Amino acid sequence: MLATLGVASIDELFQDIPDEFRNPTLALPQPMSELEVQKELAGLSSRNRALGSGPSFLGAGSYNHFIPAIVKALMTRGEFLTAYTPYQAEASQGTLQVIYEFQTLISNLYGMEVANAGMYDGATSLAEGVLMACRVTRRSRVAIADTLCPYYRQVIVAYCQAQGLELHSISPGQALSLDQETACLVVQYPNFYGYIEDLAALTKAAHAQGALIVVSADPMAMGMFQPPGHYGADIVTGEGQPLGIPPSYGGPYVGLFSTKQEYIRQMPSRLSGRTVDSQGRTGYVLTLQTREQHIRRERATSNICTNEALYALASAIYLAALGKQGLRRVTELCYQKAHYAAALIAQLPGYSLPIQGTFFQEFVVQCPVSPSSINTRLLEQNILGGLDLNEAFSNVHHSEGRTTRGSSPPPPEAFHNPMLLCVTEMNSRQEIDVLIEALSEFGR
Amino acid sequence: MSPDDRKYSNEHEWVKMEDTTQALAGITVYAQNQLGDIVYVDLPKTGATIRFMEKMGEVESVKAVSDLFSPITGEVTEVNDRLLDHPELVNEDPLGEGWLVRVTVADAAELDQLMSAEEYEAFISGLS
Repeated sequence: MLATLGVASIDELFQDIPDEFRNPTLALPQPMSELEVQKELAGLSSRNRALGSGPSFLGAGSYNHFIPAIVKALMTRGEFLTAYTPYQAEASQGTLQVIYEFQTLISNLYGMEVANAGMYDGATSLAEGVLMACRVTRRSRVAIADTLCPYYRQVIVAYCQAQGLELHSISPGQALSLDQETACLVVQYPNFYGYIEDLAALTKAAHAQGALIVVSADPMAMGMFQPPGHYGADIVTGEGQPLGIPPSYGGPYVGLFSTKQEYIRQMPSRLSGRTVDSQGRTGYVLTLQTREQHIRRERATSNICTNEALYALASAIYLAALGKQGLRRVTELCYQKAHYAAALIAQLPGYSLPIQGTFFQEFVVQCPVSPSSINTRLLEQNILGGLDLNEAFSNVHHSEGRTTRGSSPPPPEAFHNPMLLCVTEMNSRQEIDVLIEALSEFGR
Repeated sequence: MSPDDRKYSNEHEWVKMEDTTQALAGITVYAQNQLGDIVYVDLPKTGATIRFMEKMGEVESVKAVSDLFSPITGEVTEVNDRLLDHPELVNEDPLGEGWLVRVTVADAAELDQLMSAEEYEAFISGLS
């Protein structure tokens, strides 16, 4: 085979990898027994600070909400936990029913006609929404609000870079430069800074140019804010994590994806539908599968290959357990506690809230010193502080430098020492008061 | 079996002149038979220009998705909207009720490159 390839040795195949990376010397300790390994790992894990061990005011896309015990109790039942994606779909009626219930809950939550069953997470779901809007409109220009989460934006860049799509940044508050070439306008709701965008005006502006509006919406905010569907949004995506899934580094989470009936043929993933069998009994079927594993092959709308059925189940159980009133109550608690905290922080010497408008559970605070240095001190009091926005954006700029074409990354707003704080129903009034007291130290 | 009021392509589409400029296009009896039960037809938009033997849409059956190739160049003046809710019309009556698009023909000479009913029958009998 080496002769056929025209190389002399196997090593030659790897010559493009620099020497120092090819067979690096690994500084590994001596082999250990299982007992020793367990002790070693326990020691390492004890250095972690678990989320529940103290107050957290960190959000920025992953949120600390209460998860009723019923979620884990039901989702870890063997029937659900061990089942993989239903290849012989109709033989898995329970799984199909779960998917169907999940779709129904998500489409109700977003005020949309159809929701699919499972994307990877909020970011990839949004990127799939962008690609879908380009297919529907047969256009290739994408306008992205500069108030979108910078990490989500990076994922869109990654998904779009080989598709010949053109990305533009726009500022939702200003006159929008949309035109007849624009496939879609991409907006986050609430936006990355926690504030509510004017979806009515943005939807109108997009539709006036024949473009779609693609919204990434926090499902939890739907408990009290009008859903994007109410304003005529075309594609609504979201991160399902707030609905019964614990925050964790790297996931797994579950992506939410919903749209209008007229566009379902361009929708990624799949749909479970309810029907009746030959004897008139209720049954569930996979009604639509636009994935490449099935008959669409190279004409598939997406190459999404798996799904997050177990976490879709978690979200469905969570929503069912809370009910309509419960969800509204949780949302109101987040809103009221966040506004309580924001009002107190705004009165602290050296602190201010630079953004005007309606926010949900997150808000930007300008601090007297760098947020990172504040966070270090807060951690000494076992408080997890907010996100240092300057740091977050500079990380993105650094990694985006190579890949972005035809669009510049959104500039970090002209904020001074900005920290993105998040307050949810998990934060007691006492915790908030402790945070305020700790923050006040820096303004003196 | 194939009527001689229209012309046929080797991609199994037909085109029929209704008057000097307007033409109807669809897929043949043979094509729908090969595809099986059709569940969805994706057609160009009204006003779009379709080109001779280039892709103009897709047809999806329970067992395959296939490209639709236009048998004529022209501007689409009408698409068969009934197929959205009743794609089975393509199976039931591919040469009539199951038509796909109505086109203002740009160059009627293209028809000369297509097969007559007799030639098409010979063509498909050579396929099986």
